[in-house]
Parts: sequence; C-alpha cells; structure tokens
Amino acid sequence: MLHHLIRHAAQNGFGEHGFPESGFAPGPLPAPSRRGFLKAIGVGAGALVIGAHLPMPALAAEAAPKIVGPADPRPHAFIIVAPDNTVTVLAKHLDKGQGIVTGLATIAAEELDADWSQVRGAFAPANQKLYANHMFGVQGTGGSTAVANSWDELRMAGAAARAMLVAAAAARWNVPAGEVTVSKGVVRHAASNRSATFGELAEEAAKLPVPQQVKLKDRKDYVLIGNPDLHRLDHISKTNGTAIFAMDIRRPGQVTAVLARSPRFGGTVKSVDDAAARKVPGVIDVISLPVGVAVIAKNTWAAIKGREALTVTWDDAKAETRGTDAMLADYRKAAEKPGAVAANKGDAEKAIADAKAKGGHVVEGEFVFPYLAHAPMEPLNAVVALNPEGGCTIWAGSQFQTVEQMVAAHILGCKPEQVKIETQWAGGSFGRRATPSADYIAEAVMIAKAYPKAPVHLVWTREDDIKGGRYRPLVLHKITAAVDAKGDLVGWKQRIVGQSFMTGTPFEAVMVKDGVDATMVEGASDMAYPVANLAVDAHTVASPVTTLWWRSVGHTHTAYAKEVMIDRLAKAAGKDPVAFRMEMLKDHPRLAGVLKLAAEKAGWGQPLPQGKGRGVAVHESFNTYVAHVADVSVDAKGQIKVDRVVVAVDCGEVVNPDIVKAQMEGGAGWGIGHALRDEITMTDGKVDQSNFDGYLPMRMSDMPAVEVHIVPSHERPTGAGEPGVPTVAPAVANAVFSVTGQPLQTLPFSRGGIVS
Amino acid sequence: MVRINVNGEERQVDVPEDMPLLWVLRDELNMTGTKFGCGIAQCGACTVHVDGTPTRACQTPVSMLTPDSKVTTIEGVKGKAAQAVQAAWQKLDVVQCGYCQSGQIMSAIALLTDNQNPTDEDIDAAMDGNVCRCATYVRIRAAIKDAAQTMRA
Repeated sequence: MLHHLIRHAAQNGFGEHGFPESGFAPGPLPAPSRRGFLKAIGVGAGALVIGAHLPMPALAAEAAPKIVGPADPRPHAFIIVAPDNTVTVLAKHLDKGQGIVTGLATIAAEELDADWSQVRGAFAPANQKLYANHMFGVQGTGGSTAVANSWDELRMAGAAARAMLVAAAAARWNVPAGEVTVSKGVVRHAASNRSATFGELAEEAAKLPVPQQVKLKDRKDYVLIGNPDLHRLDHISKTNGTAIFAMDIRRPGQVTAVLARSPRFGGTVKSVDDAAARKVPGVIDVISLPVGVAVIAKNTWAAIKGREALTVTWDDAKAETRGTDAMLADYRKAAEKPGAVAANKGDAEKAIADAKAKGGHVVEGEFVFPYLAHAPMEPLNAVVALNPEGGCTIWAGSQFQTVEQMVAAHILGCKPEQVKIETQWAGGSFGRRATPSADYIAEAVMIAKAYPKAPVHLVWTREDDIKGGRYRPLVLHKITAAVDAKGDLVGWKQRIVGQSFMTGTPFEAVMVKDGVDATMVEGASDMAYPVANLAVDAHTVASPVTTLWWRSVGHTHTAYAKEVMIDRLAKAAGKDPVAFRMEMLKDHPRLAGVLKLAAEKAGWGQPLPQGKGRGVAVHESFNTYVAHVADVSVDAKGQIKVDRVVVAVDCGEVVNPDIVKAQMEGGAGWGIGHALRDEITMTDGKVDQSNFDGYLPMRMSDMPAVEVHIVPSHERPTGAGEPGVPTVAPAVANAVFSVTGQPLQTLPFSRGGIVS
Repeated sequence: MVRINVNGEERQVDVPEDMPLLWVLRDELNMTGTKFGCGIAQCGACTVHVDGTPTRACQTPVSMLTPDSKVTTIEGVKGKAAQAVQAAWQKLDVVQCGYCQSGQIMSAIALLTDNQNPTDEDIDAAMDGNVCRCATYVRIRAAIKDAAQTMRA
C-alpha cells in the first residue's frame, strides 16, 4: 500500500508543487535536479539515477560536475562562517557512522583553508532543490555515493567562500586581493603585516557577491584531504554521551508510541481488544491504523507494557504463510527453468560441454543465502510533531529526506516542503533507514495524524526490528562453470532466484529491465573475469516478506558465489588462487592492483602450519576495488576461527584515510559476523528470531585482527561504506576450503556445524 | 515514589516498581546517554555502573536498587579509568555510529578499574556482552590497551 502511496505522491505531489528557495541560499540556484527522480518514476528520458546500483557508464556520466558548475558555487548552502570564527559545513547526507559529516567538512574546509579546530558539522535541512544527491536526483544517502557526489560541489563551495573572505580582507585593508593569503583559518596580507580571522571577516564577506569563477587547489597543496591525523568531528560527543540521536529527542509534551504489527508479512488487523491495554498505567490511547495498532503512552515502558496487554486478531488472507524451508524449495523448483536473461555472450552451455569432453573440468555449485536483518544498534524511531501552520516536523536519522517528505505530505495532505526534517545522528543503518516507502517514518506520521495533541515518538523495539522485514533477500544461486584442459576459464552459467526490492517502488522503471532487477545480478552479470561464454539469468519471485538493500546490496551474495566458485575452479585447474585471478585481471589494473597488494601484505604463498588456512577474494562494487586475504584456524573438531584479515582498497583520492580504514575494519566485521551465524528464518510465515539472543551479532571475541592497506590514487573519490563487505566472507570461506577441501556454499557457516 | 542516587544526586521518580532503570534514566530523568538497544541484556548499550559494577539497566527494575545503591551513567562517570578510557577512545577515533559506545565505555572502565593490564582474553570476557554493529571492535581493543598503558604509567 505504501508503495502505491509513494508512487502516487511522487507522480502528483512532486510535479505540482514547486520547491521554494531555502533561506540558506541567497545566491543564484540551479534548476531543481529532479530530472533523475522524474525519470525514476517513468517520466522523461535520460540517464539512470539510482547511484547505488548504477552500472559504471551511467554513474560516470552522472558524476560529472554538470549540475553544480563553477558558475554556481553557492557557498551558503553548505558553509556557514560565523562571527565566532567557527566554520560549519552542512552535510546533506546522513551520518550513520560512516563518518560522512567529517568527510564532507574535510572537503569544504580544504578549499576554504580553514583550520580543522574551527570546523563543525551539522545536518542540512530537507531540501531537494539544494541538497539532492547528484546520483539520485533526490536528497538521500546510499550506495556509497556521499563523497563521490559531493566532491565537486563542496570543493567549489569552499573555494568560493575563501574567495569572499579574501575579497573582504582586501577591501578592508585596501590592498589587491592577489596579495592576500589564507592559511589555517587566518587571512593575511604579508606586505603590511596585517591578518584577520575568518570570524572577523565573516560579516563583511557575507555582503559580497558569490564569485562566478573559482580556482580549485592543486592536490599537492592539500593539508586536510588525505591527512591521516584528522579526528572525526563526532569523536568527543560520541564518547561522553552528549551526541543526540533521534531516540534521544525530547519535545515538550512528547508521548511515546509503539505499534503492534502483523506477525506474518502481509497480514492485516481483523479485530482489536484494547481493554486491558488501556488499563496499563501510563497508557494514553490505543489507535487502530492500516499499518497496525498503536499504543500511545507517557513513556516507552508504559507503551511496551500496553502493547503486551493488547489482543489483536490478524487476517492472514494475504499473508505469507510459508516457512523459509518451503520458500527455498520453491526457489529450487523455479531454478529448474530458465529465467530472465541478465547476461549472455558466447555459448556457455556448449563451452562447458566441450571442456568436459576435452579434458577440462566442470564445477557445479548451489549457493544459499539467508534473509538477513540490518539490526542497526539504534532501533528505528522518529519523533513527529504536527506544525500549527500545516505539515509537520520530523526528527529522525533521515536517510531519504525527499522520499520521506513526499510520503509524509501524502499522509497529511500537505505540500512536501511543509514537511520539515531535522536529521539526527543515526545509530547505524546499513541500508535500513532508506526505504522507498519511508516505512517507519510513514508509521510515525500516521500516528501523529491520528493523535495530534502532542509530538509523537514512535519507537521500534529490537523485536520489532528483527521481525520487521526489509531483509536482505533470501537468494539461491546455481552455477556451473568450466576450465579447459589448459586451466583457462571458458564457460560460466549462473541462475539466481530471489525477491526484487525494486519492483513495486518508484525505482522499478529504471532498476528493473526485461524482468531483471539490476540489484539482484550486479557483480555477477558484469563480472570482471573475462569468460568468453557467460550466461546469467534470474527469477524474480514474489512474497509479502519485505526486502531491501543491505550494506553492499547484490554484491553481498554475487561476490560470494563468484569468488568461492573461482577458488574451486582454480583448484580444478591446479592453479594458485591468486595467480589464477591475476592472469584473468590483466585488463583490470585496479582490481589486479588491490589483489596484488593484499596478497603481498598478507604473505601469500608462505607455508602455513597444520590447521591454518589462507583464502583470497577480490571484487569491485560501487566503483571501489577491494581484495581480502583471510587467515583462519580449523581445530581438531572442525571448528573455525578467523585470525586475521588483510584488506587492500582502491577508492580513488582518499579524503579521510583513517575513516576509510575504519570502514574497512567495520566492513570486515560486518561481512564475517553475518557469514558466521546470522540468518532470519520463518516457520509458517512467522519469523523465528526476535532479538540478539537468536539473531546472533558478531562480538568482540569473534573479531579478527584487520590490516588495511589503501592504494594511493589520484582518481576521483568513490565510496568506502559498502565496498569493504563483499569480499571478506568469501575470503574466509576460501581459507577454510584450503584446509578442508569443503566449499562453504550454504550460509551462515553455523549451518554446517563449523561455528558454535 | 522511588528514590535513587544517580551520579551522586538523590532523585525521586514517580514510576511503577517494575520499570527498568533504563527507562527511568531516559524517559523520567532525561539522561539519554544510556542507550536502548535490545531490552533483554544481550547488547550492553544500556550499561551503567551500580556501585561500580557494570549493569544492564534494561534488566534492572528500579525496585531492585536499594536506597544506598549508587548509579553511575556515562554523563557522570569520573576518575582515572574513565579519563583514560575516554581519552583513548578519542585518540583512536573508535566511534562510528556511536550508539553503543556509552555502554562499551562503561564496560571498559569497569574492566580497567579492576585490571590495569588486561590480556586479549580478559578483554574478550569483559566486552563480549557489548555489541557494536559497526564492528569497531578492533579499535575498542586497541583503545582499552592504550588506556591501560596510560593508567599504568
């Protein structure tokens, strides 16, 4: 239903209502960059717009600095230089831990020549016109695009603001601007030995016109970009308890709501007995909504107790009633028949048959990937207050601001720009806070509409989160591949079965082509290994179980299946896993580069003691190149432990090396943690897990040592949030394979009894 | 009325006796540094000290506290171990999303108060109850060792 809502809101709301100029931007503004989103909802023609999932050429085209050119540096939209000498850089993106507030501030501060100690970060308001992600066309964060799409505009904004400060100083001192220099936040005229701080010049600079041309720094002059010693802007507030997340918002008179949702996906409310719930001390109201039954209370505990006292009967007529075993059996049945074609070159069938007949080797693999929850540490929540003048204000870890504005506007019957969003630090997301339906935000707005007396804080409990869907889909891969008698990869057939989370959303028109959801086959249909005979097809299966992108999206399963198969093929060919890959990556220098670096740093080829294994994997995702080498121990009982991971990453020009390093460390933990033990299963349509006692997160004692090596690069910066995930689990699997000879093709590993 | 001592201050709250300390802190006293992560003592985001012992506030009904119990939260934590731990966390930029870090820090302070030379096994044992979905574990371990060194110096 919400999918329908947003489509409706997008088609009707988006086109009719203009987006007023923001008070942040007094200068000339570019045309609204909604072209992309209009395309996404099927209007007009042009490039792809969803950067998270774009094939390379379209991404490169969108990434070109054409929306914000030198003629439009608009510093005020991004940079505030205050009389107190602080420089605040507004982040149009959500920081959910990936460090983007720091990253964006670094880019702007570099061109501004600010001193890092005076730099602050703040979240920009929701304003699609000013703050669209240039790879999406709407304001939103995802697909490891934040630095890549901000790189040009923030450098130009910083340079423009610097030029205005220089001009103000030149005017004040009556000297040529060309003689004025800036360093570490101080503006100087050496000849007359005069200087001023940014703060002292701010007011005068603000009265000057925004320059229409700016000159960007030569990278050799960078002081902040690439500096490994910069601290994150949130490193103090997040260590003394003062950082405010949406969960911590307390508005005057605020009430707390929890929502009873159907235990089966697709179920609806049949009847409610709320008599007992209303008697729970602190419960204020119980409201039935299309999305469930809301219990509104004075505080969170009362709301939770009130919900426990509810008796709701659910109508399962349209609900998923299969368990995951039955679903998987259906997937296997679907996989018996050809799917929609995602890649087809040469003749894979024939190449494989020929290899078999002529002394080559054929390897077959079936891979099963479970549903996975994102389970960010901060459970989903949002505060919504209706505004007296119409519309509402939302406090949330908002990741898709434009979508949330449209959905909220549709629910409230107001204009999208009447929906104000106060973006907060988010306690993780991993994709979960960005949904095409704005799911939890929509719930909160519906409750606020039904209970207009006070600001409403909708809180999901951890149980709501684990059972709440939007999972990484359950996916089945069947692969048959062959090396010929020389040991060269000659044929590859792959069939993928899973749900599409793009179908039924505004993104379907661009992301689903000829029955293939690009996010289901990315990393497979476009694999870098130059196999002459490649056939990849896909079956999209339907279920009321909701699914969503999950940190590194399709690459979470395609990279795994590919890289585990490659090791099996290398073994069949009698080749070393690194050498086998290197000989196939001759035309992919950046992939070959990270592979070589990781292998060297890990000591690839050195003999290992009994019971120790070493494995490798390499992959490109989100235009970033990553290789992992994993070292594992396998004990006498066959139990595994990951001892060490070596990562090599090439993400172009690195803005904050320490943050890239942190993302690689965290990405390794994310990838390994889920591979070890995590799965969402269902029995008769009901989720079996409910909290961290059943959905088992990685903990300290599971975490291996992680060594990160960054490839020095002058290429345009790409992303770091997701690309550190796809290759770590297959590297671990290949390390185990090197010891046991058993490929790990069913996830999580605990299913095979090798992890306690 | 329930009387509790939080960060050295006597506080009175009008709450049911079964309300967990977590919600007393967050919803009644507006001390939001202590976080809600799971509600069943599986993630450690709500870790506070009760008389110096790391305690999951989400599974501590306020009635379990005695009038003499001293509750310490991230907002009020002080002393040599606290200083060393917070400084190490900041020096190494441990945080990512930061939501679990109040709990991580409270557990780490308790560990180092008792043991200023923890082994990796000691760190595993003391910290395994604190989940970090960003997996900042590499830096948490390094920061604990860094803080331990500071304390020994």
